[in-house]
Amino acid sequence: MSIEARERRQPWILLSPALTAVVLLLIVPLLFIVVYSFWLRSATGADTAGFYLDNWKKVLSDRFYRDILFSTLRIAAITTAACALLGYPAAYFIARSRGNKLILLVLLMLPFWISYIIRTMSWINILGTSGALNSLLLMLGVISEPIQMLYNETTVILGLVHFLLPFMVLNIYVSLEGIDTNLEDAANSLGATRWQSFLQVTLPLSLPGLAAGGLLCFVLGAGTYITPVILGGPRDAMFANLVFEAIIRQLNWPLGSALSLLLLAVLGALVLIYNRYLGMSQLAKGLG
Amino acid sequence: MDNTTRYERLRDRYRNGDISRRKFFGLIGAAGAAYGLQTPFAKYAMAQDVKQVRFDGWGGVVSEAFRKHAFDPFTAKTGITVVDGTFPGGDEYLAQVRASQPGEYNIAHLSGVFDYARYHNFDLTSELNLDNIPNMANVMPALINAFHAVTPDSLSAAPYDYGSTGLAYNRKYISDDEAKEKGAMLLIDDAYKGKIGGWSDWRTRVWYGALQTGQDPNDIQDIEAVWDAVRKHRDLALKYWASGAELMSLLAEEEIYVTEAWSGRVYALQEQGHDIGYYDPPKGFGWQECLFVIKGSPMEACEELLNFMLDKETSIAVAEGQNYPPALDPTKVDLGKKIPTLPAFDPTGTLAGLTFANPEYWNGHEADWSETFSRVQRGY
Repeated sequence: MSIEARERRQPWILLSPALTAVVLLLIVPLLFIVVYSFWLRSATGADTAGFYLDNWKKVLSDRFYRDILFSTLRIAAITTAACALLGYPAAYFIARSRGNKLILLVLLMLPFWISYIIRTMSWINILGTSGALNSLLLMLGVISEPIQMLYNETTVILGLVHFLLPFMVLNIYVSLEGIDTNLEDAANSLGATRWQSFLQVTLPLSLPGLAAGGLLCFVLGAGTYITPVILGGPRDAMFANLVFEAIIRQLNWPLGSALSLLLLAVLGALVLIYNRYLGMSQLAKGLG
Repeated sequence: MDNTTRYERLRDRYRNGDISRRKFFGLIGAAGAAYGLQTPFAKYAMAQDVKQVRFDGWGGVVSEAFRKHAFDPFTAKTGITVVDGTFPGGDEYLAQVRASQPGEYNIAHLSGVFDYARYHNFDLTSELNLDNIPNMANVMPALINAFHAVTPDSLSAAPYDYGSTGLAYNRKYISDDEAKEKGAMLLIDDAYKGKIGGWSDWRTRVWYGALQTGQDPNDIQDIEAVWDAVRKHRDLALKYWASGAELMSLLAEEEIYVTEAWSGRVYALQEQGHDIGYYDPPKGFGWQECLFVIKGSPMEACEELLNFMLDKETSIAVAEGQNYPPALDPTKVDLGKKIPTLPAFDPTGTLAGLTFANPEYWNGHEADWSETFSRVQRGY
């Protein structure tokens, strides 16, 4: 075998374990879901195998699913915007701090050591009728009776921001770390104020990190299931909750498969748009 | 039949001269090869190991009672380990079982005859050998007959306990008299807007919707009126709870003042010192729970566990621990002092005072009503 041929094969040999895992654990199950989405649910008993478009017609034409999908995208967008507003100053502070950067990064990673469900449930102890915040306000005499703060869309967004903020901060931080600080100094020496140098130099250069963090927050937020269950009221639901209900509560696996594929398609399209204009390399840096 | 019994029967045939030594070793070798080939890919073989049986239940105080009063003593007596898992609801569990290998799940603490019928429809029923469960003789006939209506010639489960889903209310804000006077209407009382809860289970929501519109839950004539009642409850409710632990937390923390609730969980709250009242409105939701043996399970080990759990001493201890009356017939068995005080307890052993869901009726509407509830819940 020639050296060129060996060099051509080498990456594939090195990639083969990962490719095998992706095919077996992602592609094959996904194909099963695709097949399932064309089956029909029987009222009781096993599903009817075959090629039926009923589930797809229902999912694409029913206003109910469309409304919940838009509501999910809206909540994900609000969450992403909140993460960006809160995350940028934090990332900037970490990137520009001297000496204690490692400690700050460890603190940023600290929430990942605690289960996401536990972190979400902690808001019940903070915002509940007899939670920490109400107790404090009562003790200070600010309120005479507890305020109902839990189980609404705001608390769902709060829980999501709590969950997703570290992803945003990390991505922006990586981007800010890669900016040569001499550029800001150069802008300042040319007469720009600190605010102007930030707006015209630092912020534009850090936008890829902001976009990568935004994509991660949006995709993870739009696919969330547990936060509305724990912190939402009776009406609050996101699209993943509908998938859960179709598959688990209604035992309608074919419809649940079609719903999950629709969500996958919408979020996949978003990733493709991102990749078209910004590329995936920034995302890989943030995750790394 | 489990693998050990199969081997013992083959060995006996060899010793009795029914088969040759060559054939005996040939069959043992073939069995070994088959076992070696299938074990890495199928969990069935693990379940056939009668050193272990898997049991799935409702978690919380119920699972604690089962572990303490039934599983640990059973393991000490027989050497068979009971691995117990939990589920938040019957629907979730059925989805897991459907996606599993035969034998992966063995015994489940299922609720309602409609669950029994659903498992039967999915071809998940087994056939118990009642000769191996002599303690079944003490079980109330009314509970056994309900299962025979689904599987007339066999049983796949042993009835174990029963209870009701009635009204739980905080006595600090709602008196016993008010609860009795308003009944199911308490759940759609504007005066308690934002302090009302409810189970996120479509059956319970529809059942109470039927009561609130003056209809028979097992023969609803005007389902649109029921959905309107469900909508009204949705708009007044703060939270749909999804587990017994969440129910207890919401009531104990006074996030809600009234909800429908599982009788045993309310009793547990009362035992903890919370001033929570409980009232079963007329035609309140009664249910029975069973120990259901899933098709593909090691039957003899499961039957041994069922018999142990139906033993008077075990059954009473578990009932007192989980706060639900046992399936034992109170006219045949002395149930002690605590059990007659439990909510929903029926001293007659006929259960005529409780209204159970008609499995045929409710399972027949499951596809339609479960999906409609999903929409109604979201504001439609």
